[in-house]
Amino acid sequence: MSRISKDQVKHVAHLARLAVTEEEAEMLTEQLDKIIGFAEELNELDTDYVEPTTHVLELKNVLREDEVRNSVSVDEAMKNAPAQKDGQFKVPNILE
Amino acid sequence: MSILDKKISELHQLLHTKELSVTDIVDATFDRIHQVDGKVRAFLTLNEEFSRIKAKQLDEKLVSGADRGLLFGMPIGIKDNIVTKGIRTTCASRILENFEPIYDATVVERLNNADTITIGKLNMDEFAMGSSNENSGFHPTHNPWDLSCVPGGSSGASAASVSAGEVLFSLGSDTGGSIRQPAAFCGVVGLKPTYGLVSRYGLVAFASSLDQIGPITRTVEDNAYLLQAIAGNDPMDSTSAKVDIPDYLASFTGDVNGLKIAVPKEYLGEGVQPDVKERVMEALKVLEGLGATWEEVSLPHSRYALATYYLLSSSEASANLSRFDGVRYGLRSDNSDNLIEMYKQSRSEGFGEEVKRRIMLGTFALSSGYYDAYYKKAQKVRTLIKEDFTNIFEKYDVIIGPTAPSASFKCGSMTKDPLTMYMNDILTIPVNLAGVPAISVPCGLSDGLPIGLQIIGKHFDESTIYRVAHAFEQATEHHKAKPKL
Repeated sequence: MSRISKDQVKHVAHLARLAVTEEEAEMLTEQLDKIIGFAEELNELDTDYVEPTTHVLELKNVLREDEVRNSVSVDEAMKNAPAQKDGQFKVPNILE
Repeated sequence: MSILDKKISELHQLLHTKELSVTDIVDATFDRIHQVDGKVRAFLTLNEEFSRIKAKQLDEKLVSGADRGLLFGMPIGIKDNIVTKGIRTTCASRILENFEPIYDATVVERLNNADTITIGKLNMDEFAMGSSNENSGFHPTHNPWDLSCVPGGSSGASAASVSAGEVLFSLGSDTGGSIRQPAAFCGVVGLKPTYGLVSRYGLVAFASSLDQIGPITRTVEDNAYLLQAIAGNDPMDSTSAKVDIPDYLASFTGDVNGLKIAVPKEYLGEGVQPDVKERVMEALKVLEGLGATWEEVSLPHSRYALATYYLLSSSEASANLSRFDGVRYGLRSDNSDNLIEMYKQSRSEGFGEEVKRRIMLGTFALSSGYYDAYYKKAQKVRTLIKEDFTNIFEKYDVIIGPTAPSASFKCGSMTKDPLTMYMNDILTIPVNLAGVPAISVPCGLSDGLPIGLQIIGKHFDESTIYRVAHAFEQATEHHKAKPKL
């Protein structure tokens, strides 16, 4: 039985904000199924009493003084913008 | 012998006695690049005009006797996922084809303070996802030892450029082996430092809990010079460790007498080529001859590292790469008239196949209903893998094995099946999951292609790694072998 369906792949693509063609969805279904099948070998291990590792270093909260510092200028922030107007990022219609 | 074959310490001596100027070094560098980069194709962007200006400025410093930085006048290549102010930074992705950063990464700032010269930006697998440089969004880089073979990846061009003598050294980044595997394939020295030793500020994030920047050089000594310049706490990276930075050059005592080496049987098992095993056994004999002892050990969870890595790194990547939305920077598709479609079209046109595949895998592993079964499970197995290392390091000083299961392979020979390509990283990935440091040094050839020896150390014990690597290098001739280009 396959572990992931083509419909699931399309749903995940939507969540990831990727446009996929029918052909790509089919290919990804096959490839992801294989990779996920491979990843399921982890189920051989009993990890009920194992703590997850999110980070290898023993870091506690890293805080700094709340000081006023220079920030990026509008010109710099807009330097790489694909579309802009009056110092603001321009995007397509959000509301119909 | 070309001036580009010399070590940092030798070049500094020649600059000091005025037998050489920084301009001479930079001229020789660009001569070499123009001579061979048409074949190797390591660079995505050259910073030639500014490099020549900077060389003149440094030569003035030389005359005036002003203070000189640790890496004074040394030409460097930088992997194209490390941001450089005003110099195009693409991550070898179409989505960032015209991106010009507005600040320098901390490592770049530190190199500038050390008086290096940024020669240009180096090709890579797109967003550091790959083991062959064939996933570059622009063009593949070739292995200087055999142009029909891959240089490894993802820092393939960082290793190839050093191996080809185009730059003295380079910076790469290593998430699952991306410094060590290409260093092995190209016959150079590559170090992945302890997680947190080198600031990640300005490294375009792939998998934040695994990524580290590190040096690629021709000799162990030069490697230590470069690490010295970039290591140390950075307030701009909240995962950067607050540790004292030792004098790495002081670790070159040549003494490995009494050193206890662990050799994991999993690193010499099935899938590792006989030639590779032979070179590693020869290396162990060399170290034995210098007074070290070795024993076979087991890292029992090694076989689960690959699956753990792909789940965790892809999950983190899917979150990190969500910033590429076509709004603030990067490619924007014209083929859409509403916001969601604009996001989808921009990302689909901008990202390559492997990047999309990993975003998909990561998004799936983090999605509702699958999070515990895949992502959290992998985080728990990561704990077991990390404990394997902790246990071994209670009794041994270093772990030694091969860097990669084989020497380099032909371009195009592994691109069909993603899983086969992923197998290249089985010996390097556990190191990233555990956060420990490791180096790859040349240990001989197989059919004319270089093999790498991997030396793994305890957290923040780069000094011991360097001591062992240097002793081995001095006792052998492997680092003197060069590709014929």
